Amino acid sequence: MDENERLEPPDKERRDFLSCLGSAIACGAAAVAANSVASSATAATPAAAAAAEPAIPGYDWSKNQWGFGVDAEKCIGCLRCVEACKKENNVALDPNHFRTWVERYVTLQGEDKARIDSQADPVNIAASPKEGEYRFANRYKNANVEKAFFVPKLCNHCTNPACVQVCPTGATYKTEDGVVVIDHTYCIGCQYCVQACPYGARFFNEEKNVTDKCTWCYHRITKGLQPACVEVCPVGARVFGDRNDKQSPISQFIQNNRVRVLKPETGNAPNVFYVGIDKDVI
Amino acid sequence: MEALIHASPFTGYVYPNETIVPWTVLIVVYPYLTGLVAGAFTISSLYQVFGFTQLRPVAHFALLISLCCMITVPLPLLLHLGHPERAFNAMITPHVTSAFAIFGYAAAFYIILLVIETWFVFRPHIVQQAQKQTGLLAWPWRILSLGSVDVSEKAMSYDRKWLFALAIIGIPGAHGLHGYVGFVFGSLKSREWWSSDLMPVIFLLSAIISGTALVIILYVLSCKLRKVAVDLSCLKVMAFSLWGFMMFTLLLEGVEFASLVYRGREGIDVIMEFVKGPLVIPFFILQFGFGSALPLAVITFLIWRGTSGTSLIVGITGCSILVLLAVLMMRYNVVIGGQEISKTARGLLAYHPPIFGREGLLAAGIVLVIPMVLLMVLVRLFPPWEKAAA
Repeated sequence: MDENERLEPPDKERRDFLSCLGSAIACGAAAVAANSVASSATAATPAAAAAAEPAIPGYDWSKNQWGFGVDAEKCIGCLRCVEACKKENNVALDPNHFRTWVERYVTLQGEDKARIDSQADPVNIAASPKEGEYRFANRYKNANVEKAFFVPKLCNHCTNPACVQVCPTGATYKTEDGVVVIDHTYCIGCQYCVQACPYGARFFNEEKNVTDKCTWCYHRITKGLQPACVEVCPVGARVFGDRNDKQSPISQFIQNNRVRVLKPETGNAPNVFYVGIDKDVI
Repeated sequence: MEALIHASPFTGYVYPNETIVPWTVLIVVYPYLTGLVAGAFTISSLYQVFGFTQLRPVAHFALLISLCCMITVPLPLLLHLGHPERAFNAMITPHVTSAFAIFGYAAAFYIILLVIETWFVFRPHIVQQAQKQTGLLAWPWRILSLGSVDVSEKAMSYDRKWLFALAIIGIPGAHGLHGYVGFVFGSLKSREWWSSDLMPVIFLLSAIISGTALVIILYVLSCKLRKVAVDLSCLKVMAFSLWGFMMFTLLLEGVEFASLVYRGREGIDVIMEFVKGPLVIPFFILQFGFGSALPLAVITFLIWRGTSGTSLIVGITGCSILVLLAVLMMRYNVVIGGQEISKTARGLLAYHPPIFGREGLLAAGIVLVIPMVLLMVLVRLFPPWEKAAA
């Protein structure tokens, strides 16, 4: 873990990094370093010994049970979470690889079904300033919009993850603290897990030739920090915390709201809880 | 990075990560090859186990075809893996809940079984070569004989018992291997197009028809090349098998599709949009029309009319070629088609396979040619005809 220590930037630097997302150049080095830590964190447990705790100083994974909440009522579709995630986790900047994304649901007058798009839609990509920065195009400006809202999406870190079930090597596994991670040093890149995930949360990392996905910023949460997307959200639409702690934001979120999960019929039992989503949300 | 990714255009709404289709034409070729293995092995077993003596001229040949295809089966998988050098991780530390983890063991078991069976079949030939050849050329044969040079009637009867036992174990082996490939797809709950209990059975039956068709084509071709007459009774038995298994396959595919439509679960709108749109040519015209209905009609006609001679040979071989293409289309429509229907149930992707590259059409084509090249070599080393005709 000496290497992890060495790569870990001080907390202040990290917060600075997150607060200056607009200036990618200044933060480039930090992003690279952060990614190295992310890789080390996810690779800390070899598949054959999935029950063994990763050696993260001062962290005991049996003490936490992480959970995530999304309040779609609050989301304004600014997409800072998407940009922060890409930088924090060194995700390819193209519109085909996302650890988190935001969907827009718009119901026009006289229509039954909502029209859905995400920041990766070609129209929205065309309206975005540059690669790695995302915007929702104002495509419904002249339409009679009856209802519209945004829904942030990410890996659901399911209790019964279909991706973990199908992995032939055990390279992807569920940690004691409830996070589904991938051992990038053990994954063979067969993409069976990509097929099995009903939420489209997984993708293939062409740089490393392994599958990749959201880890709830495992490298950050095990240091007492929030996931990057939660930290940058300007409206508090994303909530994260320890479900073992009844006073944590996530426990309060679940207690005080009527929450639901996505595609419960799959039996995956997701651990991302939603408030304010509609029947059309898929 | 740009050159590495092959994003597919879409209509409606698909999850952003879905635009990179995970399983490509190599994963179309993989179940196709395992299907050919199971099918060719079925023909061989019909003779070895079930006493279909009319199949004697092709029994050993079919075994070699099965072996050549099986040796090639891991290749498309290895080519597809992001880290092929780690492929053995699945065998060293198999994750037992994965439908795919046991593949390495199942495949290894079956290859070993095929090699042993082939050795028993060709033992007399190996012994004969070891005695006939002189100098350095004799050595490989001597080594291959493993010191077992007794070809007396008593020894041969002992060999026959072994062959019978191996063929019996091979039947569940070959069919289990392929049925399990169907399970790999059918057990995934994330995709409505794949998620079906009938998938393993349909895979298996279509495997048998593709293997039978391949044996028919290669047998007729080998007869032309060797300038010997095609054994018509042998050809007829294979045509009957093809007809029977095709009937079953078509019925099951029909039942599966009808259930999917009749259940009409969420997402059926987009599935119907897919079926009525992009699937019309590959499925209804190529797979069903030209590849299944036409050969079925032609074979029925040939049998009904009692056609014989060259017309029968041309008719059945032509039908077999169509069947081979139809099963390839079936694999394509299942593997690629399943991924073109978005998990959102609100959109469709249009995957256009690249020609070049590790996962392109050219690579897939080469993978399909390799077993044929292997077969050309093996047939010269272990002629499957003379012994059968003796």
